[in-house]
Amino acid sequence: MSSPAPMSEALRAFRRTPLLSTLSVASIGFSLFTIGLFGLVALNFRQTLRTLAERVEVVAFVLRGTPTETITAASSDVQAFPEVLEVRYVSEDEALARARSELVEFKEAYRDLETNPLPASLEIRLRPEYRDAEHARQVAERLHTYPFVDDVRFGRDWVERLDRLRNLAAAVGLVIGLAFAIVAIVIIGVTIRITVLQRAREIAIMRLVGATNRFIRGPFLLEGALKGLLGGGLAILMCRLTLQVFRQTAGEVGGGLVFFGPPELGLVVLFGTLIGLMGSLLSVGRHLRHV
Amino acid sequence: MIRFSHVSKTYANGVQALQDVSFHIPRGQFAVLTGHSGAGKSSILSMVIAEQKPTSGEVKVSGFAVGKLIPRDVPRLRRKLGVVFQDFRLLEDRTVEENVGFALAVTGARGDGIPGRVMRVLTRVGLAGKARVYPKELSGGEQQRVAIARALINDPAVLIADEPTGNLDERAARSVFQLLRDINAGGTVVVMATHNLALVKDAGYRMIELKGGRIVYDSGLEDSAGGAA
Repeated sequence: MSSPAPMSEALRAFRRTPLLSTLSVASIGFSLFTIGLFGLVALNFRQTLRTLAERVEVVAFVLRGTPTETITAASSDVQAFPEVLEVRYVSEDEALARARSELVEFKEAYRDLETNPLPASLEIRLRPEYRDAEHARQVAERLHTYPFVDDVRFGRDWVERLDRLRNLAAAVGLVIGLAFAIVAIVIIGVTIRITVLQRAREIAIMRLVGATNRFIRGPFLLEGALKGLLGGGLAILMCRLTLQVFRQTAGEVGGGLVFFGPPELGLVVLFGTLIGLMGSLLSVGRHLRHV
Repeated sequence: MIRFSHVSKTYANGVQALQDVSFHIPRGQFAVLTGHSGAGKSSILSMVIAEQKPTSGEVKVSGFAVGKLIPRDVPRLRRKLGVVFQDFRLLEDRTVEENVGFALAVTGARGDGIPGRVMRVLTRVGLAGKARVYPKELSGGEQQRVAIARALINDPAVLIADEPTGNLDERAARSVFQLLRDINAGGTVVVMATHNLALVKDAGYRMIELKGGRIVYDSGLEDSAGGAA
């Protein structure tokens, strides 16, 4: 006969009430699955926004006849701006060649030209953290101060829309994520409370024979943490399967979908374990105060 | 050992369970609480095990003032007591030895010392051969013996028995009562609440009769006043 160590008591609870334990793990798993699914959507949405943001570019058109040395010197200056990742000089000829290859519908018009109408330019890519309307505008203003710069474009409307989309996504993500998390905690708390009530008689007997609250709590906390851990694992499995189904059914678009990395996976399991632990702590604590 | 001094108890629903109850049960005594249902027997026992606190007056058990006990001290008091109920209160999914050993383990006893102590106490209550069976495989009398073994495992100074024979047939009741007598003969204070006067009347133990929350008869007072033994 072994003494009731917290771990063996927690495992005994699994063996003794397999249906209730399975339901607990499943409800934790499904609750975390909803959060995980939302996390996946948010992750992929963020990824899409990041890809879009990579296109944020400031283009400074250079006055015809500007000496190459002047442009090269200015390029080094611009490269030193804190917001700038990369500066690329596009000559007039290069601009024309690009137009011919990219704008196929104007192929004929560009072929018959006697003089090249396209100006040279400096194409400036911003660092990821500066790819918003405000920083693009600041860089554009500084570029305007160079006398050889004729015009600066950065697609203000498009970048501003991207900014709004990003802010909206962050706010919606925070609210929905928080709501999902609260719902998950409530469901898990209720599930663990059912377990505690189911074992109310046992708790009463334990107290009767002189068990301290700490002794009583131990196995319940371990049980809650174990259920949370298993629920977290189940949620990850379900998220993985869901993504797999999306990838298979959504064709080319689905192929670009990304899954959680190890840090996010660890977070899901840790979150599951913690809410299992917290749910148990609150449920048992509440019960012990009332018996 | 157990002292009630002018104890009254009124529950939250307004029911007055005890009114000005005073008695003292010294070391080694076997005291029987009698009275009809609602007379106050269980209220007295629930105060002895610190399930309830007195509304007024003082309850002292093994040096603990129950009315002033902080939650942390309740387990310390209960480890000095053994408690037996009419409904046995055994854990159905644990074997006899696990039910008994469990009460020892909650006190922090080392795992390797538990089996020996469990077997000794099971032998004492006559259930050494049933250590590995589950409560539902036992008769009522045997289940109550398991409960008594669990109550004894921590060598309590006081054994509280609330209607311990209430669910048993006459033969099993006599057997359990005899076991309680043997335990008392070993020096343990036994406080037993019972309806079964026929069972206890000839034992010569101290009788405290309650009615409407008051003590209406206490043979211990007669004894101290020079009355019949």
